[in-house]
Amino acid sequence: MGILKTFWGYRGFILGSVQREFQANYKNSLLGAAWTVIRPLVMIIVYTVVFSQIMRSKLPGVESEFAYSIYLCAGVLTWTFFSEAVTRGQNVFIENANLLKKINFPRMCLPIIALTNALVNFVIIFALFTVFLLVTGAFPGKIFLALIPVLAIQVLLSAGLGLTLGVLNVFFRDVGQLSAIVLQFWFWATPIVYPINILPPFFQQLLSHNPMTHLMAAYQQILVNGQRPDWLSLWPITLIAVVLCITGARLFSKHAGEMVDEL
Amino acid sequence: MGTISVRDLGKAYKQYPTRSARLAEWLIPFSPPRHAQKWVLQGLNFEVKPGEAIGIIGMNGAGKSTLLKMITGTTEPTTGSVKVTGRIAALLELGMGFHPDFTGRQNAIMAGQLLGLSADDMRSLMPEIEAFAEIGDYIDQPVRVYSSGMQMRLAFSVATAKRPDILIVDEALSVGDNYFQHKSFDRIRAYNKLGTTLLIVSHDKGAVQGICDRAILLSGGSIAMQGSPETVMDYYNAMIAERDPANVQQVLGHDGNVQTISGTGEARVVKATLCDEDGKPVEVVKVGQALQVQVEVEAFADLPELVFGYQIKDRLGQPVFGTNTFHTKQLLQDLRTGQRVRFVLRFPANLGEGSYSVSFALHDAENHLAKSYEWRDRAIVFNVVIVGKDHFVGLAWLPSSIEVQRD
Repeated sequence: MGILKTFWGYRGFILGSVQREFQANYKNSLLGAAWTVIRPLVMIIVYTVVFSQIMRSKLPGVESEFAYSIYLCAGVLTWTFFSEAVTRGQNVFIENANLLKKINFPRMCLPIIALTNALVNFVIIFALFTVFLLVTGAFPGKIFLALIPVLAIQVLLSAGLGLTLGVLNVFFRDVGQLSAIVLQFWFWATPIVYPINILPPFFQQLLSHNPMTHLMAAYQQILVNGQRPDWLSLWPITLIAVVLCITGARLFSKHAGEMVDEL
Repeated sequence: MGTISVRDLGKAYKQYPTRSARLAEWLIPFSPPRHAQKWVLQGLNFEVKPGEAIGIIGMNGAGKSTLLKMITGTTEPTTGSVKVTGRIAALLELGMGFHPDFTGRQNAIMAGQLLGLSADDMRSLMPEIEAFAEIGDYIDQPVRVYSSGMQMRLAFSVATAKRPDILIVDEALSVGDNYFQHKSFDRIRAYNKLGTTLLIVSHDKGAVQGICDRAILLSGGSIAMQGSPETVMDYYNAMIAERDPANVQQVLGHDGNVQTISGTGEARVVKATLCDEDGKPVEVVKVGQALQVQVEVEAFADLPELVFGYQIKDRLGQPVFGTNTFHTKQLLQDLRTGQRVRFVLRFPANLGEGSYSVSFALHDAENHLAKSYEWRDRAIVFNVVIVGKDHFVGLAWLPSSIEVQRD
């Protein structure tokens, strides 16, 4: 409870920092915050035009002409959020070394700011995507709300992983380098760009051990098929997320003091 | 509120022999420590009462910054404890966290929030901050167009907008213009009178003597002495004077200027000490105080002629006064190798507040241009403080009076 009270006391700083970081990117540009919208919009359009109009890619078993681009966006947008949150988390202490060394404030504010920033970017992009779904008539209806628990699991996972890597990265800078590679590899080892059923059975079997496969499948299930995700398949990743959060918090509380000496 | 209690405080940094040693220590359960401890502070004990003004002095590397970091809470002690009551404001790194693309007002509010004040607090303090910083319309301009002085003004105004229980002042305040320096010190003094505990850290001894009730001298990571500022200062002066000339050169470099020595080396200044009129070494000098500089010169070759000259320069290197034994008609002739000559220079410190240096020259004729045996810049550095005199500005102390007639 004490911790929550501290954060409440620093809510102004946390919200201010989130806002500032968001604005700072566009402060000196003519179009300003419009850029936040333009980039993902172009991405969605490109995916749609290239895959559904030019390449005429079709998802096996789904008739809609936009199915593949929706499938793609469901995975890519959420994965981008995941990888942005983790990357920001792992660098947050190193990037703010000066602040940590000079000013005494609750250090946990920094990862919270990083995560919130990634969340803000995601919400903007995803809102646009939702508009796209509504416009093309592909909006899945009430089942859309099932995204909330799935996203919650993802946020928990990103927070735990980001914090754990963030603390480790201060002491072992290899962590930052390594995780960039792992994230890249992980992306392609998860059925995001391709549907899992085009793979040979052996690889399908292999990828089902990747916990992210099930998380992404949940998004795709909701957004492409408009069906309830297989909730049971999300247990392993929820467990991993909780364990990572505990690990991160313990690492942080054990090494927070030493961290400043190391920066 | 406003107390600091330091008990057996010590700080050691971990030093690992290799990068992988830390990994091994973390991963292997029950593994013995694989790091060496490098102690930077050990066995510190002191108490600060509410409203006291304490000066912490010591040379570079004495552990001042580490002590401050532990008091403000950014670094954790390795041994012992620091107990602080009340809100701390630290003027350590003014302008920390200012973002160049945001306006002064936006940055001020953010900086205040970082210090734990709420946005509402900051909004109500804002008019006061603007008034104190005196940067006018610039408050609504992005900070990147500010001069460093303006940034300093704003940062100071924000950091001290609300009276803290404990105020920690580092040398940060030496930047900025004279006017604002005085203004900020006035505010610091006023807060102190209202009960704010002050902790002033400096190797500029002038500031410490001017404002503190008590001084703590740190040396080699422990408290060498604590007591009244004058006593501690004398001790500090003596401690510096003890060092042999070879080391002194490095000590003098602390203000960022390197002492330059040139010449043939046929004659050298082997010892030079700045003393008061009784011959006691000093580093901080009161305006108007009688000074003497004791200089020993040794000839390292047979010299037909020797002229000794000295020059007092201000902190910017402008000569304030200089002369030599040619002009004073005290030319020395026919020196043999190994012979020593002792010069005693006497002058009153009729100088304005600030830092000054003394340079020496040894040569053979009217000036050092013909043949220079040795030219030694910044051989002595000292500070002049205004004590017992009304405030004045400038490089020179001209005993003066103002006659006022009112009809």
